[in-house]
Amino acid sequence: MGTGALAHIRICDFTGQLAGAGATKFLAAMGAEVIRIEDPVTQGRWDILRGAPPFKDKRRGSEFGSGFNNHNVNKLGITLNLRTDKGKELLAELVRRSDAVTENFAPGVLERWGFGYSHLKELKEDILYVSNCGFGQVGPYGTFKSWGPIAQAVCGITFTSGLPDLPPAGWGYSYMDHTGGYYMAIAILAGLFWRARTGEGQWIDMSCTEAGAALCGPALLDAEVNGRPLRRPGSPNSNRNAWPAMAPHGIYATDGEDNWLALSVQDDAQWQAFATVVAEPWAAEERWRHRDVRLDHQDELDELVTAWTAGRDRFALAEQLRAAGVAAAPVQRPGERIDGDPATAAFGLWPTVDHAAMGEIRVDGLPVHFSETDWAITEGGPLLAMHNDDVYHRVLGLSPSEIDGLRAEGVI
Amino acid sequence: MAGPLQGITVVEVAGELSAYTGKLLADLGATVTLIEPTAGSPLRWYEPFAGDQPDPDRSLWWWHYQAGKASVAADLDTADGAAKARALFAGADVVVESAGPGVLDALGLGAAAARAARPELIWVSITSHGAQDPRSAQPSTDLTLLAEGGPVWSCGYDDHTIPPVRGGGGQAGHTAGHYATMSLLAALLSRQLTGRGQVIDVNAYAAANVTTEMASYGYLAARSTVQRQTGRHASPRPTQPTQVICADGAYVNTGPPRHGKDFGELAGWLEQLGLEDEFDEMGVLRLGLELEHISMAQMEEHDLVGEIFAAGRAAMFFLAERLTAYELFLGLQQRGMPAGIIYSPEEVAADPHFEARHWARSVEHPELGRTVRYTGLPVTFPATPAGPLRPAPKLAERA
Repeated sequence: MGTGALAHIRICDFTGQLAGAGATKFLAAMGAEVIRIEDPVTQGRWDILRGAPPFKDKRRGSEFGSGFNNHNVNKLGITLNLRTDKGKELLAELVRRSDAVTENFAPGVLERWGFGYSHLKELKEDILYVSNCGFGQVGPYGTFKSWGPIAQAVCGITFTSGLPDLPPAGWGYSYMDHTGGYYMAIAILAGLFWRARTGEGQWIDMSCTEAGAALCGPALLDAEVNGRPLRRPGSPNSNRNAWPAMAPHGIYATDGEDNWLALSVQDDAQWQAFATVVAEPWAAEERWRHRDVRLDHQDELDELVTAWTAGRDRFALAEQLRAAGVAAAPVQRPGERIDGDPATAAFGLWPTVDHAAMGEIRVDGLPVHFSETDWAITEGGPLLAMHNDDVYHRVLGLSPSEIDGLRAEGVI
Repeated sequence: MAGPLQGITVVEVAGELSAYTGKLLADLGATVTLIEPTAGSPLRWYEPFAGDQPDPDRSLWWWHYQAGKASVAADLDTADGAAKARALFAGADVVVESAGPGVLDALGLGAAAARAARPELIWVSITSHGAQDPRSAQPSTDLTLLAEGGPVWSCGYDDHTIPPVRGGGGQAGHTAGHYATMSLLAALLSRQLTGRGQVIDVNAYAAANVTTEMASYGYLAARSTVQRQTGRHASPRPTQPTQVICADGAYVNTGPPRHGKDFGELAGWLEQLGLEDEFDEMGVLRLGLELEHISMAQMEEHDLVGEIFAAGRAAMFFLAERLTAYELFLGLQQRGMPAGIIYSPEEVAADPHFEARHWARSVEHPELGRTVRYTGLPVTFPATPAGPLRPAPKLAERA
């Protein structure tokens, strides 16, 4: 047992990809013992990220997926063949010794293996079971397939991202895999907290799409109350849209290729500060001092701002504007924020783990710090079967020769 | 109020970056009390307004984020207001604030003072760049945080003369709020054992940085830089489109057919619609059925496999030209192929699946003379279901 906030928690974990594995990554970083169960027959490939690019070097195979490593740091990895009776017995033992069972399979998979909630509860009365799938197990789309881009399409998030007269831009990554994982972690933690206070377990059946649909609240209300849907001519205009409304508010080209500055002039005071930095006659015009005028003539204003940012350095501009009290930031490439901005490393945001096959590799850390029980990410994602000896002995009490026997029989 | 956090008392110093965390906690059943200035929080002036009438009780932003909370009017720079805040902190399990580094400390109302009086208190500070970064004292917005934090770089169009795009909905604050909520729940679980609270420093910029999928971990592992593409994942190398426009002008996100079965399903669907003679690549499409599974490795080896893939993709576009987005979405999913209709947020509430799950929450609004549908709970807890949603506190309803 470690020393983190969750050092007293053990998770029997079937999660994979990012939408599930991201949830238990947080728990593992907080000190929970997360025992990740993989199938020895398919070499753990039910999580396609195990062998998926990007790769650190020329090596390929199921121990070299950097995404798998990123999402599974600090977890223990065991193999268990659930096609065998002995495998099912071992899983039952592990469930009895766990606080929660977590998975993000397609609906019904765990049930088909004989480990639906009713059986889990027979094994351990107060077990917490959290499942996470695209649409939730109940309802007309209960069997529909999903992954990040599908969940974020159906929940409304993809549509919010786009410019007038162009197709939806989407998010450029699986925002809803990350966010589904965050909601799943919230579900697990809140379920565990309820259990800690009442002794009561439950089955929380999460729908990633439903969780995502909770992220566009004011847009739903605008349609409900004002009859103003987000799908209307000229909408969304997502670089310009802001609550509260602001102008200028957008992303403007700067010097060099594909370099951009994000700028938000939040109020009339910030406009004065902005105009002082610009120091050109147009910026000194009286009419622009008024938010309503700026909002009413946003196209004209954007042309002036675009001409001003063109050819300037986005980092210098952002620094100058921020110092003057204006919200501005460069659009940063990955390397610019990871290695170029010393503040992210200073926060400890990119911990290095020593992965048993890949060697030293940096991963996403957590964007928080705790004064008493801070997180730690020290171990790489587990190799297939890496912790069989440890878990089957320490947690389930098997002897080394029993474990060897399981190995020989193809159970683990 | 029911929910897994029932009985937990949360005090939230009203602020843009704390609002969503307080909302999540209220949705989980905690008793959440806002502290806002007697003149009313500036957040009450966030557009849009009900009926487009600017009024501190009609901000739809306020309605959404502050529903389920109570509010206390207190000016923290006055002795009276500070005393009110101290009294609230003294009875709280959790304080959530986003006032900026040192701002509450300067008023004698910071974490150190509150925790000295109450060691079991969990204090959550959400700032734009963390407690130590001077940028947390400078202005920032959702747009600037997502621009410097990574998401914007990955999002936009194939044509890179078009600016990259910042997705909507205020996701910088949401991501920070998710981490704040996960963190304070972990702290509550820890407190069950130790009896002690702690201070949690949540950094919104850092939260965006670790919510970019392959943009970050691809750079960390391989120094690769993803490039944005229209409606699909940014990637170091260009990939095929996954977003198709349908006959009604709406879009569906889908993958290309990959399994032998998928090609057969598409062929069968075209026949069912009586379109098999109009689709030129029907013969090649049917060949796909013979292949149990077509891998990328096979595709590189065999010309025919490439043609089958192309026919599958063409069939998808051919169908899209003749069907509404909803028909394409439903038809693909019913045939076992992953697809998602690109809904606008308001369309989600009207979808039959969400209706069947009783997703949206109806809230009575006497001032409008009707009920209004709000977003549903992101997660439901069968052992302790949530109670009805209470509208956000009006100015006159404050203690």
